[in-house]
Amino acid sequence: MKKEACFFVVVLGMIIWFSSMATGQTLSEAYKGNIYQPGFLKPVDSVPKVNVGDGAPLFTLPAVSGETISLSQYRGRKNVVLSFVPAAWTPVCSDQWPGYNIMKATFDRHDAILLGITVDNIPTLFAWTNQMGKLWFPVLSDFWPHGAVAEKYGILRSNGVSERALFVIDKNGLICYIDVHDINRRPPLEDLVGALEKLTK
Amino acid sequence: MKTGDCGFKVKIVSALLLVILATPAMVPAEPPRKGGPLPSIMLPIPKSVEEKTYLGLSGTGTFKIPQIRADVVIVEVFSMYCPFCQKDAPGVNEVYDKIQKDPGLRSRIKMIGIGAGNSAFEVETYKKTFEVLFPLFPDADYVIHRACGEVRTPYFIGVKIQKDKSHQVFLSQQGGFPGARPFLEQILKESRLK
Repeated sequence: MKKEACFFVVVLGMIIWFSSMATGQTLSEAYKGNIYQPGFLKPVDSVPKVNVGDGAPLFTLPAVSGETISLSQYRGRKNVVLSFVPAAWTPVCSDQWPGYNIMKATFDRHDAILLGITVDNIPTLFAWTNQMGKLWFPVLSDFWPHGAVAEKYGILRSNGVSERALFVIDKNGLICYIDVHDINRRPPLEDLVGALEKLTK
Repeated sequence: MKTGDCGFKVKIVSALLLVILATPAMVPAEPPRKGGPLPSIMLPIPKSVEEKTYLGLSGTGTFKIPQIRADVVIVEVFSMYCPFCQKDAPGVNEVYDKIQKDPGLRSRIKMIGIGAGNSAFEVETYKKTFEVLFPLFPDADYVIHRACGEVRTPYFIGVKIQKDKSHQVFLSQQGGFPGARPFLEQILKESRLK
């Protein structure tokens, strides 16, 4: 009886494992055949260093536009959403920010700015984000010191890319929402919008 | 052989069959082929009266695309996260508009969109942002997207529906939206509606 139970647990495990690997990903024609397929990845591969209610670690990073952006410049002025994505030219990441790009009115309504961040360097981010059309939000490079900001937030994976993570920071600089998402999947938009709505309630 | 051993073997075979049966749902199919049938796609009957009327459907539950009251159905597989879908959205709306304004086409050609990997909220966001007037359906778990061969978006499928509700795909096209007028001409030509 014990042997049978073990066997069925293994079979069930196989089905669940295969199902979880079949993540499903859409790819826009915009990227043609230029997207690297990393395959199924460990969903989360880092240890959190911040919690909801903590002060958001400060940082200053270069943006693709040529500006330098500091988190502190929004203190008292804007709510901030940090959208870390693992890497340019990969499937889920390439189909995440273009969705936020049509959501400017929602961010404005909640007095929020979006900062997109990856550990890629500026030239790579320039080429990649050009395929997305004109983005209304700054895209920042956490390339050097490599992944230092991702590390501060506890979302630097063991292979040097960041998690797919969202942080909502209020005007007082406090973290109000964290979603360190399964790297293989895109965070549902409604969850982020729900977090923004809580800011202005 | 002991009776218990035999029972255990039956269970092993059943379990393996379960794995084998579950596997096709995880493996992507091929994109719809011109001249062939649509993949088996079940969609929820819209709640909106306008959308139900547009598609010629009634009641609740699910429907298959050939049940739509039309001679031709244009299916756009899109994603609200896809830059080209966003760019093409005004042109695709114009196709709908041209069809609706033509008394000879209005009842014969219907359009729907399927939001690959998009939740209902995301589909609604796309619909509002681009003021899409034809029905859009979410495919949050990529079930339809997988059945359609995990095509890149936007992807256009044209389906000709016969009086007996049999159907045939006449257009299966990755992106390359040429603009409203040429696209509609292509639909009319390839479906042999005109």
